[in-house]
Amino acid sequence: MAPFASLLLVFFGVPLALVVVVSFFDLDQFDIIPTFVLTNYVELFGSSLTYTLYANTIKYAVIVWAITLVIGFTVSYFLVFHVRPFLLQLALFLLCTVPFWTSNVIRMISWIPFLGRNGIFNQSLIALGIVDQPLEFLLFSDFAVVIAYVHLFSLFMIVPIFNSMARIDPAVIEAAVDAGAGRFRVIREIVVPLSKTGIAMGSIFVVALVMGDFFVVKIMSGGQSASVVLAMSNETAVLQYPPAAASAVVLLLVVTAMVVGILRIVDVRRELAG
Amino acid sequence: MLRPGSRRRPWTFYGLAAFFTLYVLFLYGPMSAIFILSFQGPTGGLTFPMNGVSLHWFSALFGQQRTGDFAGSFTRSIVLAVIVLAITVVVSVMAGLAFRRRFLGSTLVFYMAIFSLIIPGLLLGLGVGLMFQFLGIKPSWYSSALGAQLTWTLPFGLLIMFAVFSRFNPAYEEAARDLGARYWQTLWNVVLPILLPGIIAVALFGFTLSYDEFPRTLIPIGSRNTLPLEIWAMTTNVTSPALYALGTLTTAISFVAIAIALTSIALIQRRRTRRGTRADAGD
Repeated sequence: MAPFASLLLVFFGVPLALVVVVSFFDLDQFDIIPTFVLTNYVELFGSSLTYTLYANTIKYAVIVWAITLVIGFTVSYFLVFHVRPFLLQLALFLLCTVPFWTSNVIRMISWIPFLGRNGIFNQSLIALGIVDQPLEFLLFSDFAVVIAYVHLFSLFMIVPIFNSMARIDPAVIEAAVDAGAGRFRVIREIVVPLSKTGIAMGSIFVVALVMGDFFVVKIMSGGQSASVVLAMSNETAVLQYPPAAASAVVLLLVVTAMVVGILRIVDVRRELAG
Repeated sequence: MLRPGSRRRPWTFYGLAAFFTLYVLFLYGPMSAIFILSFQGPTGGLTFPMNGVSLHWFSALFGQQRTGDFAGSFTRSIVLAVIVLAITVVVSVMAGLAFRRRFLGSTLVFYMAIFSLIIPGLLLGLGVGLMFQFLGIKPSWYSSALGAQLTWTLPFGLLIMFAVFSRFNPAYEEAARDLGARYWQTLWNVVLPILLPGIIAVALFGFTLSYDEFPRTLIPIGSRNTLPLEIWAMTTNVTSPALYALGTLTTAISFVAIAIALTSIALIQRRRTRRGTRADAGD
């Protein structure tokens, strides 16, 4: 236990505390000045850009959460309740998880030849006679950003939901069916309540990942959109650490509030560690 | 619902199967497009059609064409991933064992692990970078970047150990102890062999998550890049299929790691079934 806790303390606890401390530091042309000022926060909350960035990032988070939830639930439900034998179920589950172990950046850029002006999707649409002109909104747009998020993060929804559903005792469902419940009633009253740990875990992952993203929004929007962390990364690139730290602290509070909100609905720890 | 004894599949099966197939296509379709495009002819561009088939863009990677330090960053990434793998396996297994009982501060450590997992990567990297700056230590891939990556792999390792232990039957451990085995003997000869497939899974996560990590590594990397950071730099300034060639290569390495891990887990399970020891089944 001790190594785990101390490694996390040194590389997570201390750095986090430092970010909070530095967010109160001042900055002149080149240096960080150790002092206690609120200017970073005053400037952050005084800028209308901050609110635009948050509105934009939260919009992505909500859309992506909704889509990945539907995908995660449907895919897990299919695998757990409709696929037999067990080995086939496992193989199909692994098929869904393999991309998780490969590079996110590569998976993201793989959408570029697909969605571009002369990309595969547009060429197929033209070949099929559905459109005459290539669709312009596919790449470098909100649409592309959302597609890439769903592509990268839906696994984080599938794995925990699958895990919860796989633990549902089939006897419970059989009993419900024998008692005359239809399949949608079984889903609503048995499957959903018993998968809620997985749904909560998946939601935490997806929301936190979208809120913390900067590279997908940078590349896939083609510079036309931004997120909170992208703005922060631009500040760190020019060594503006104190304002970046203030922005980080606020983001952390927002993400924590969202996660605590989810945890208040479902006690994940009790159901995970038993 | 698949009811035991019912031969006909319900109509929902076909709808769900179609949905699943579409999802798998969505998952793999774009990736396969860049694998194909990486074999683009020398005059080919970033998108279809193919202008001939060649290995031109792969050889361009090894040449010194504005693609940066490919060989060096690749070596660093592999070495770093192996170090992360080793630390993640040892530390997560120990933590998993400890977490079987509630201890003082266990809830605190659990929440620290969860927050370490979901904290925006760049933000964590900023903190680690600041820490090294205040300590006056030069950040590098084997110190600050290693630490930043552990905040990502260790919590994953812990979660996998939770899943593994939830199916672990403590009766085997008690039996060993009743037969007079000491703590370390029980651990080494009974507990760890039963947990082996789970430990391999932790190793797979440790390796691949480190090998592909980049938001946390970006700020505390120091002067020498890992491969994902080279790729990130390329996405913004290289507009040739060399980028796809690099993507194909790096994905191939990940696939090799996945294949090794999954094959060894399958082999262990098969040997167990053949010997009739169902210790890991827990049911």
